[in-house]
Amino acid sequence: MPGADETQRIAADARRALDICNACQFCGGYCAVFRALKARRQVSAADLAFLSNLCHNCRSCYHACQYAPPHAFDLNLPKSLSLVRQQTYRDHVWPPWFRGRLPCAGWPAVAVMVAIALSALMLVGLPALILIPPDLLFGRHLGPGAFYRLVPWEAIAGGAGALTLWSLLAVGFSVASFWHSMGPMPAGAALLPALRDALYDAASLRNLGGGGAGCNDRDERFSRSRRRFHHALFYGVVLCFAATAVATVYDHALAWQAPYPVLSLPVLLGGLGGTGILVGTMGLARLKLRADPGPLAPSLTASDCALLALLFLVAVSGLGLLALRETAAMGPLLLVHLGLVLGWFATLPYSKFLHAPFRFAALLRAAMERRHRAPQVGRGQGKSGRGSSGA
Amino acid sequence: MTRVSCDCDVLVVGGGNAALCAAIAARRAGASVLLLEAAPKALRGGNARHSRNMRIMHDAPTAWVRGCYPAEDYHADLRRVAEAADEGLTGLFVDASAGVVDWLSGNGVRFHGGTDEVLPYSRKTAFFLGGGKALVNALYATAERLGVAIRYDSTVHAMHLRDGSRAVTVGTPPVTIRARALVVASGGFQADRDWMRRQWGGVADCFTIRGTPHATGIPLKALLEEGAEPVGAADRCHMVAVDGRSPPFDGGIVTRLDGIVHGIVVDRDGWRFADEGAVVGSRRYTAWGELVAGCPGAVAFSIFDGVIGERFRPSIFPVVRADSIGALASTLGIAPPALEATVAAFNAAITDGGATVGLHPPKTQLAVPIALPPFGAYPVRVGVTSTCLGVRVDGRARVLRKDGMEVEGVYAAGVVMAPNILGSGYLAGSAMTVGAVFGRIAGREAAVHARR
Repeated sequence: MPGADETQRIAADARRALDICNACQFCGGYCAVFRALKARRQVSAADLAFLSNLCHNCRSCYHACQYAPPHAFDLNLPKSLSLVRQQTYRDHVWPPWFRGRLPCAGWPAVAVMVAIALSALMLVGLPALILIPPDLLFGRHLGPGAFYRLVPWEAIAGGAGALTLWSLLAVGFSVASFWHSMGPMPAGAALLPALRDALYDAASLRNLGGGGAGCNDRDERFSRSRRRFHHALFYGVVLCFAATAVATVYDHALAWQAPYPVLSLPVLLGGLGGTGILVGTMGLARLKLRADPGPLAPSLTASDCALLALLFLVAVSGLGLLALRETAAMGPLLLVHLGLVLGWFATLPYSKFLHAPFRFAALLRAAMERRHRAPQVGRGQGKSGRGSSGA
Repeated sequence: MTRVSCDCDVLVVGGGNAALCAAIAARRAGASVLLLEAAPKALRGGNARHSRNMRIMHDAPTAWVRGCYPAEDYHADLRRVAEAADEGLTGLFVDASAGVVDWLSGNGVRFHGGTDEVLPYSRKTAFFLGGGKALVNALYATAERLGVAIRYDSTVHAMHLRDGSRAVTVGTPPVTIRARALVVASGGFQADRDWMRRQWGGVADCFTIRGTPHATGIPLKALLEEGAEPVGAADRCHMVAVDGRSPPFDGGIVTRLDGIVHGIVVDRDGWRFADEGAVVGSRRYTAWGELVAGCPGAVAFSIFDGVIGERFRPSIFPVVRADSIGALASTLGIAPPALEATVAAFNAAITDGGATVGLHPPKTQLAVPIALPPFGAYPVRVGVTSTCLGVRVDGRARVLRKDGMEVEGVYAAGVVMAPNILGSGYLAGSAMTVGAVFGRIAGREAAVHARR
């Protein structure tokens, strides 16, 4: 866990980097960070929270940077911002008692996440092992309601519901706290058009485009791999949610009980979504582990990969359950899958998952600023003609 | 000197924009090419790493540049800065500049879209997406893909041009490489302190070099010794005003001081020496570089107050602050009475129109009193971009002797021949275009020569 000194050093380093970037502005075409930075004369603590979460860590600016190490300025914006970003997750964690008490990075952060996930797994597994007779647990179950013969729907809905509610509340409070930490929103900026912009930015990952040719996913060459794998993961998760939603409607409104046939909507959506998660998590982890270490903060790799690993296990267990649901393995697989899903939900407020809502909040703020800024020019800069000269 | 044969068709000396364009053009023309970059890989690319844009002629808007910049306008702008330039070469250059963005795009370089709202309006220049290092990375990648052999950490110690030979000695232990044709694209000599001192005297030690520490001019000197005709001026530099605390090399664009014109500028004795309002456009950086070079010790101080200090982007180095002019002077090492007298006289001479009356030198624009604490200052020094001495070339980029005959098989591109076009003047974005245009010509011609 970083002490106050370390926190200040990380903030000071990021601010120094951003000041140099603001004086240079060669990277203006890469992503929203540089556009937002250009509108600021100096970088405040609130700006640091905002800009660090606006950064998608595409690393194009690092490879284009004439001041990157081994230059005397030792400028490493992606690394500096990712360290600040990681701290913002912990600064706004809910409940507030946890703030400053949860580890930010390294194996301690992984340990926290594993502990939460394992607890959730036990929450499902232990009562089931105690209450379900072995012949039922390891038996073959076919036809509608097969899952619920093992774990009653009430238990799934009740336990998962309570935990999910906690997680969503915690994430919501975190995001609200983060939103305020970015400072007052530009007065009079239209929220709805900005929201539309931000949704487009988030759904398309426009800022992982490196201004057109892709990002420096692994090294100085450009590629779109990271964007594609992230899309696979994100839309995979969305499809899995859709599958759950459809299944809920089937069960409640139409009284069709799971498991559903292979060619049913929930299975098709879930199967596709699960495959997306599988491809996305493997691809992202592979890119992360093979990337040029220069612009990366090594202390964050393990905790980033922990989230990917958990999602991977959720997807694998779900697809495994689909494949083996008519065999004796169904019972244990169902328990493991439910436990992992619950574990994933439980870790949401305390894992790298927070990057999703925080980034969206930062994208929304950036869009509001863009829409607000258009007619304005910074005082005293009108005459400078900055940048038109290559001097 | 060990004699190791390492023959190639075209040997390119240098690793910046011009050198890369030459290497790619030569390779595309079918030659085997070896490129010698003095810097290590991480710092490759010469001064191009610090560049941002290219000035190009275009008769209509393109995907990368707005409006139009006809050849006549380009000529007029060049004539304004470079009276002694070669008219024929300049005409060829301006025409060729029109095709250079397409050619670079075809070789992997990416440019900002012309309608990109991030950029300042410019009808004259195309901007590299990500700046000069992104351009350099793209060109190295293309050169490698095409099969250009690249050697980093390869400072050229000597060139051997006697009796029609074309060879260079490079590296430690020294290796001599012979080539059928040689392209010299190794920049100016601004990083050679001794040479700079010979031209500028002791103040040269106070200059910072904004770009690569590898521009030591060894190949340039060898060409001159071989009888190549010099062009430009050895005692002139492209220079801008930078923060006095900039690193001795490679400070690049971020060390420029933005706010000089808003306050006053004094020398180390505390006296104003020029009209701060004379140039407020983008040329202000260059104007102040030359003015400060003429100051005692080649140092000056930009002085402002609490109000003025909010009107420009701060330096990347911390502002020097004090609550009184006297205290500020002491911190800067200036005699307090002198600076106090200068500021008082300046404040008293300001009229409502934002200019001074009866003051020498006057401040003709943006004059406001320096009155509200905290007072602030930045030390100002000279940041040298490049020197203005080159060798004469013809339209095929062949290096010419004083008698007009070419040095056979030797071509030049970039800053080492840019004074043919720019004289000892400076036009933003044009040096990069010279590098690309003549690099391309030099590479192509060298390949033809080598395969003859």
